[in-house]
Amino acid sequence: MNRKNKKNRLEKAYEKMPHRPLTLTFRKGLRDGIPICLGYLSVSFTFGMMVAENDLPAWIAMMISMTNLTSAGQFAGTELIIQGAMYVEVAITTFVINIRYMLMSLSLSQKVDERMTNLQRLVLSFGITDEVFAVAMQQKEAMNSRYMSGLILTPYLGWALGTLLGATATGFLPLSVRTALGIAIYGMFLAIIVPPARHSKPILLVIGISVAISCCFTWIPFLNQLSSGWVIIICAVAASAFAAWKFPMKEDGS
Amino acid sequence: MNYTRILICILIMALVTYLPRMLPLAIFRRKIGNQFIKSFLAYVPYAVLAAMTFPEILYSTGNLISALAGLVVAVLLAFFNRGLLVVALGASGTVFLTEQLIHWVTGT
Repeated sequence: MNRKNKKNRLEKAYEKMPHRPLTLTFRKGLRDGIPICLGYLSVSFTFGMMVAENDLPAWIAMMISMTNLTSAGQFAGTELIIQGAMYVEVAITTFVINIRYMLMSLSLSQKVDERMTNLQRLVLSFGITDEVFAVAMQQKEAMNSRYMSGLILTPYLGWALGTLLGATATGFLPLSVRTALGIAIYGMFLAIIVPPARHSKPILLVIGISVAISCCFTWIPFLNQLSSGWVIIICAVAASAFAAWKFPMKEDGS
Repeated sequence: MNYTRILICILIMALVTYLPRMLPLAIFRRKIGNQFIKSFLAYVPYAVLAAMTFPEILYSTGNLISALAGLVVAVLLAFFNRGLLVVALGASGTVFLTEQLIHWVTGT
């Protein structure tokens, strides 16, 4: 009798829990962000070095990294600042490189928990980077704000710290090591796209088409005049549209 | 150095980076029902990352041979499901070793 009562109480307590146990917690987000953070350290280190080599103070490098939080865009923008380009040039170049985030943000809008508030959306969207986006989309469940803040926080700190180290410690690393770090960000990209491509023919096809178009825009005369931001948009739209037409996803998202 | 100009540039950069990230997520509240658009959006991450990686990765080290070596190692590590960091550092390590080897062979 006593034992039965105890069991009932446990069951009642479980039913009173507001949600089923969370798997996408803040802590899991922080943890999933660590590999991105470490990858960012090497990339932002390169950025910090570039700023320092052009005789700009470290706080400028830090300010750019902490307000932009994007690789290609801030590299290009900073290059233009150094060259003394016009404001409109800086704006258009950076914007074109960053248009791809609109596609990501739109994808993410379909993935986030509907209960996410406006304020949370405004704050968290600041942290949508290529890697954060890819890792968020790989989760099976709807994206909640706790997990996403964790997933953004560790890479953000890595991005800032790497920039600071690169801007203050130029010459601290030999050229051979700095060159080798240049490939790190592409290694991260490959680590994200290769494993799903093993199991999914449509994803392999998407990657193949995208790579082929991207190579055309790099190597074919005239086509290679187009800026990299536009090339990414064209590749993404063409490859994804073709695959979506040929291989529409099933209802369960497979 | 004209710091006012630099600060305005940084502000512009921050703004045109934030807006494309923020607008769709803040405005788009409905779930899309259309099968084509849903599939399209699910394929986008792979297409974007693939286009950003190729062929740029070949020029990321300033030496085609070391870049190719790094690329092959990265693809292999990723193929066997190694994590982001292992793949990134594996590629970097391979580039480093290959360049050392090249310097040693060519005697520079």
